[in-house]
Amino acid sequence: MGNVNVKKVDRIQQGLWEKSYIPEILRGLSVTARHFFRNLNPNKEKRTIFTRDYPEEPTVYSDRYRGLHRLMLREDGQVRCVACMCCSTICPADCIHIEAAEHDDPTIEKYPDVFVIDELRCIVCGLCVEACPCDAIRMDTGVHIPPYTERSTAFYDRDHLMELGGLSQAKQGGDRSVAKS
Amino acid sequence: MVEVLISLAKITVIVFVFVMGVASAMTLLGDRKQSAKIQNRIGPSQATFFGFSLFGFPHFIADGIKMVLKENITPKNANKFLHTIAPALVFMPALIGWSVIPFMDHYCTGSVTTLVPGDGSGVQHYTEVCDGEWKNYFSIMHMNAGVLFAFAIAAVSVYGAAIAGWASNSKFSLLGGLRSSAQMISYEVSMGLSLAGVLMIYGTLNINEMVRMQGHLIGDWLPMWGIVIQPVAFFLFMLAGLAETKRAPFDLPEGESEIVAGYITEYSSMKFAMMQLAEYAATVFIAALITVVFLGGWQIPYVYADGIRIFGGVWTPFGEEVWYWISIVLRIGAITFKILFLVWLQFMMRWTLPRFRYDQVMTLGWKILLPLSIANLFVTALILAIIW
Ligand code: SF4
Ligand code: SF4
Repeated sequence: MGNVNVKKVDRIQQGLWEKSYIPEILRGLSVTARHFFRNLNPNKEKRTIFTRDYPEEPTVYSDRYRGLHRLMLREDGQVRCVACMCCSTICPADCIHIEAAEHDDPTIEKYPDVFVIDELRCIVCGLCVEACPCDAIRMDTGVHIPPYTERSTAFYDRDHLMELGGLSQAKQGGDRSVAKS
Repeated sequence: MVEVLISLAKITVIVFVFVMGVASAMTLLGDRKQSAKIQNRIGPSQATFFGFSLFGFPHFIADGIKMVLKENITPKNANKFLHTIAPALVFMPALIGWSVIPFMDHYCTGSVTTLVPGDGSGVQHYTEVCDGEWKNYFSIMHMNAGVLFAFAIAAVSVYGAAIAGWASNSKFSLLGGLRSSAQMISYEVSMGLSLAGVLMIYGTLNINEMVRMQGHLIGDWLPMWGIVIQPVAFFLFMLAGLAETKRAPFDLPEGESEIVAGYITEYSSMKFAMMQLAEYAATVFIAALITVVFLGGWQIPYVYADGIRIFGGVWTPFGEEVWYWISIVLRIGAITFKILFLVWLQFMMRWTLPRFRYDQVMTLGWKILLPLSIANLFVTALILAIIW
């Protein structure tokens, strides 16, 4: 095995106080008893219970929760994506399918004619969002990927993805604090 | 005939209402809800009764129904007869022991007077005497050797565990049965020895008599409870009692990672439920034993059947007759409260302490508890010999 770096750690010796157990047991009991009585408090706010009654009570996701994808829009409502293929290239699950087409507007080079994400295959890594050079794809809808009974319904096409912006917690173009209030 | 009816009524109330009620509902609740509170969870709340979750109580009924409806499996090559009677052997002792636990002093047909210092009653201060007849209404059986009986019966549950382990024809069960019988026998020794010191002081094996003596006030203010005169014995007995009932931190007979569920592994359906209930019932029974021996049983300090006596004075609210009934209710409430508190404490222990390793359990039992209880016995004997 050669030279393995063995680090010697001194054992912490127990004193007579700890060895006699009783005081330490009482200390442990006081901790658990404190939790017990705190959670019996009739005032529910004062309890420290973290369980959520999930299906009845909606889960509160954090602002940075990665949910369903959405495609961002330009000011005039067109899709912001320029079909650069960065996202589909980086996607480790290989679940973004883009077919580029030429745009009528000479200032815009390309746009995605077909843009499909297979949400079943997506591993929710968020790399597509990171890769996009023009902030055209985001995962900030705050909706987790729902269960699908039919595989074909898991394919989200461009128009659907653009509509999902309506679910977004964020305002088009950025500033979230405004949108949330 | 009347006697029989009274006995039947007592058995129904004590065993079925109190013990089974506490042992099953409260302890299942305690196990689930209490552990949930300690661990910052909610605990069971989904089973509802017309839309009310009732603190998780319907789960207990749901459990019962589920258990009854399960298939009852006896493993192939298992000894059918023994496999079937083992749950009963585990379960019965936990119930029979209750016959000697007094929930209140005997009922007095006449009037009760408490002997106080200065009326020439000698060492019998604060003993209640009855000028009529004592009627045993509050314990199923009045027995002179009550403590011995309780221990003898409690010891029988070892057979149940061992037989269950052996009859299941499974290695896991056998190991679990061996473990539990070894553990229970080891701790019974220190349990008995720690009790011996207390018995020496009380000088009686009659549980009701013992409780009566605990009404004595040392120096007219300190109740002579077992925990006061024998604090070491109390701790030893409590620890040994925890080990007896096979609850955490001594739940070695069960070990999911090593021996599955120990001697319960091969049990299903209501037989399994019985094994589990027996464990809970044993917990309540040990709590009751500790209560009557160490925590004054039905005694409430300074409260006597003929009034409240404190600092030499006596105060009888509402007159003698009414107060006697009030004191009966208070005392039954007191012992119930004490038992429930101890059960609660045992559950707290379970959710506080990590479990021992098996060799540690044996070391604790034979090398620490046993010498300590013998030392306690000797010191008590010495002190008694000097001051008596
Ligand atoms: S989140 Fe990850 S897996 Fe899902 S589409 Fe984006 S890059 Fe692909
Ligand atoms: S990286 Fe952005 S711009 Fe490029 S194809 Fe993907 S979504 Fe469109």
